[in-house]
Amino acid sequence: MRHIISILLENEAGALSRVAGLFSARGYNIEAMTVAPTHDASISRMTVATRGSEEIMEQVLKQLNKLVEVIRVHDLSEGPHIERELMLIKVHAVGPDREEVKRLSDIFRGRIIDVTDRSYTIELTGPGDKLDAFIHALDPGMVIEVVRSGASAISRGAKAI
Amino acid sequence: MTSPTTIHERLSPKTESETLTGAEIVVRALRDEGVEFVFGYPGGAVLYIYDALDKQEAVQHVLVRHEQAAVHAADAYSRVTGKVGVALVTSGPGATNAVTGIATAYMDSVPLVVISGQVPVALIGNDAFQEVDTVGITRPCTKHNFLVKDVKDLASTLKTAFYLAATGRPGPVLVDIPKDVTGKQCAYHYPDKISLRSYKPTVKGHPGQVRKAMQMIASAQRPIFYTGGGVILGNASEELRKLVRSLNVPITHTLMGLGAYPASDPQFVGMLGMHGTYEANMAVQHCDVLVALGARFDDRVTGNLAKFAPHAKIVHVDVDPSSISKNVRVDVPIVGDLQQVLTEMNQVLDELDALNDPHAMQAWWAQIAEWRKRDCLHYQQDEQIIKPQFVVQKLFELTGGDAIVTSDVGQHQMWAAQFYGFDKPRRWVNSGGLGTMGFGLPAAMGAQVAEPDATVLCITGDGSIQMNIQELSTCQQYKLPLKVACLNNHYLGMVRQWQEFFYEDRYAMSYVDALPDFVKLAEAYGHIGLRADTPADVEPVIREALRLKDRMVFMDFRVDAKENVYPMVPAGAALSDMILV
Ligand SMILES: Cc1cc2nc3c(=O)[nH]c(=O)nc-3n(C[C@H](O)[C@H](O)[C@H](O)COP(=O)(O)OP(=O)(O)OC[C@H]3O[C@@H](n4cnc5c(N)ncnc54)[C@H](O)[C@@H]3O)c2cc1C
Ligand SMILES: Cc1ncc(C[n+]2csc(CCOP(=O)(O)OP(=O)(O)O)c2C)c(N)n1
Ligand SMILES: [Mg+2]
Repeated sequence: MRHIISILLENEAGALSRVAGLFSARGYNIEAMTVAPTHDASISRMTVATRGSEEIMEQVLKQLNKLVEVIRVHDLSEGPHIERELMLIKVHAVGPDREEVKRLSDIFRGRIIDVTDRSYTIELTGPGDKLDAFIHALDPGMVIEVVRSGASAISRGAKAI
Repeated sequence: MTSPTTIHERLSPKTESETLTGAEIVVRALRDEGVEFVFGYPGGAVLYIYDALDKQEAVQHVLVRHEQAAVHAADAYSRVTGKVGVALVTSGPGATNAVTGIATAYMDSVPLVVISGQVPVALIGNDAFQEVDTVGITRPCTKHNFLVKDVKDLASTLKTAFYLAATGRPGPVLVDIPKDVTGKQCAYHYPDKISLRSYKPTVKGHPGQVRKAMQMIASAQRPIFYTGGGVILGNASEELRKLVRSLNVPITHTLMGLGAYPASDPQFVGMLGMHGTYEANMAVQHCDVLVALGARFDDRVTGNLAKFAPHAKIVHVDVDPSSISKNVRVDVPIVGDLQQVLTEMNQVLDELDALNDPHAMQAWWAQIAEWRKRDCLHYQQDEQIIKPQFVVQKLFELTGGDAIVTSDVGQHQMWAAQFYGFDKPRRWVNSGGLGTMGFGLPAAMGAQVAEPDATVLCITGDGSIQMNIQELSTCQQYKLPLKVACLNNHYLGMVRQWQEFFYEDRYAMSYVDALPDFVKLAEAYGHIGLRADTPADVEPVIREALRLKDRMVFMDFRVDAKENVYPMVPAGAALSDMILV
């Protein structure tokens, strides 16, 4: 099963490589990983999208908690949460495709943020599967370049993790 | 998330302060931490620190001949004393040589602080002379590590290093210090206490879980205690003894747990696992409640996981939550420090109305007595060829079972574990988790430094001893009167045994050709060498070695080249499927 894990950790040199190193050393899967400081500059928040059985997830959480710089670990998949990812996608857009791409972008609530006579660059936010769907809706030959941020996620409701 | 303390800004400084160089801060911090011995080897990046060490007497330095040995010696010092061991190495090759030692300590959860020199801050990342990314290399084999770029952080980082090494699940912590940081000056404050918002080990066991565990144990018909290195590391032997005696249950130890419960006591059924006793392994496979304390269900212990202790409900106490339910699902997990949790368990025991059904227990003990009759450690000593088991048994008898025994890795290690009965904790020092050949001799040095008056025995093999043989020189310099007992079978015996059992007798590269004359080698280093060629030589050689109280003696026992360690559970088999003699 897919899990979204939130990690609060000390914003210090090396902390990121400890987490990344843990996943590779123990053979845990990483689908995506994002990290940035929070409103408290001394703390970073990391979101890791991973897959594994229940037993493996239990170990993943325990091993993360064991890292000295990790303050808190939470598996967001255990409860209601919101997941968002940012994608910037550059597509060929000439002739009739120009209108078509713009329409598709509107349907997905994308924004065209850069334009040339041959291309559009579109900004799109949403859960990962929505971004996948947008890519699939395009003719594969049209895609020039894609960059995705990886998932960021937060629990629903008024409380922090 | 309210505490403002991060790893790099902490703590109330003491009021009065002195200005010291970084190097002096290192040495003062060691002194203030109560460190008496540092094991190390100098080099460019740590010369300021050596200079500072030389100007004082509180912290003594033991000069080894290889950095790996420095870390092993500090490791054994820690295992014997219970204190944090300290090693000091230079940058680059000094640090990489130390890595095997650090990984060894990490696998066996030994608290160490390793201080490594680093190139000056401005040169880091430039492929400077003797630069390696020490923090990067050691990240996966330390509990934590630090690179100190500012002399102002030095004292508090060292304090944190000692705190992390010794608390929770212990382990090695490395502090990498660039050379220029040791030369800069700064006011010295050594913090009294450390508190980290991201690190709060659980000490006390959950009372509900402790009660549940005790009820499960007291209602068992075929209970067994399976205890490991955690009891020794947590200094919980006394509490363990009390509980096990009150319950009259059988107890088995892992290789790392030996000595926690007296081997001479009839409730002890021997070690379990791959080379465990028949009775211990059978009892584990047939028990209905398994009480695992400070043991981590290693694959050498469980054999085939799917077939491990198939009838058992499992109680597991460990200070590290990640040890629990890692390999084997447990029924009653308890996170906490064993000294504390065992005390709680003893208290609950006093409040229980009923203990185990006496009839069931009688039947259980009768069954164990049957298994014991198998006499699984039996060997036959004739008049021609020395059996390695016989040597260990004689060492045990002639030292009154009271030596500190270190070992290397191989068959001799298993025979030491099987035939030297440890009645006390912190008397058996070996590399279990990493299985590091070359551990034994430097470990014996660390043990002898810790206990100058104790008999320290290093039970080793002809292969292993050559992996740190240069330390005979250190033994001479510091007049360490330890005794090496080499079970010389001319083979990498453990490898040979596997080849005999599982590779159809093809002994690829396991014959140790061109062995040195160990007696002459010992003499060349200024020690005494003794050889035993026949069974009749064994006792006189040991007696002579023990008589030479203030000399290092190397005993070369020419033992049966083809002897095997029994019982043996082949890798992947169920614990009950033992190859027996
Ligand atoms: C050649 C060879 C053969 C071997 N054969 C065997 C064999 O037959 N049988 C065998 O048992 N081993 C054998 N080993 C050793 C094996 O590889 C493991 O090292 C060993 O089994 C692990 O022991 P342990 O479970 O006691 O764990 P340790 O490595 O000693 O770990 C200690 C555990 O206790 C916990 N702990 C630490 N401090 C505390 C505390 N204060 N409170 C609570 N918990 C604490 C830790 O978190 C950890 O989980 C062999 C090794 C070699 C090299
Ligand atoms: C550094 C290292 N290299 C290789 C091994 C693999 N190994 C395990 S036991 C063993 C043989 C040890 O030979 P010896 O010291 O003579 O002991 P014996 O088994 O003969 O008693 C080897 C090579 C190891 N454990 N450590
Ligand atoms: Mg050998």
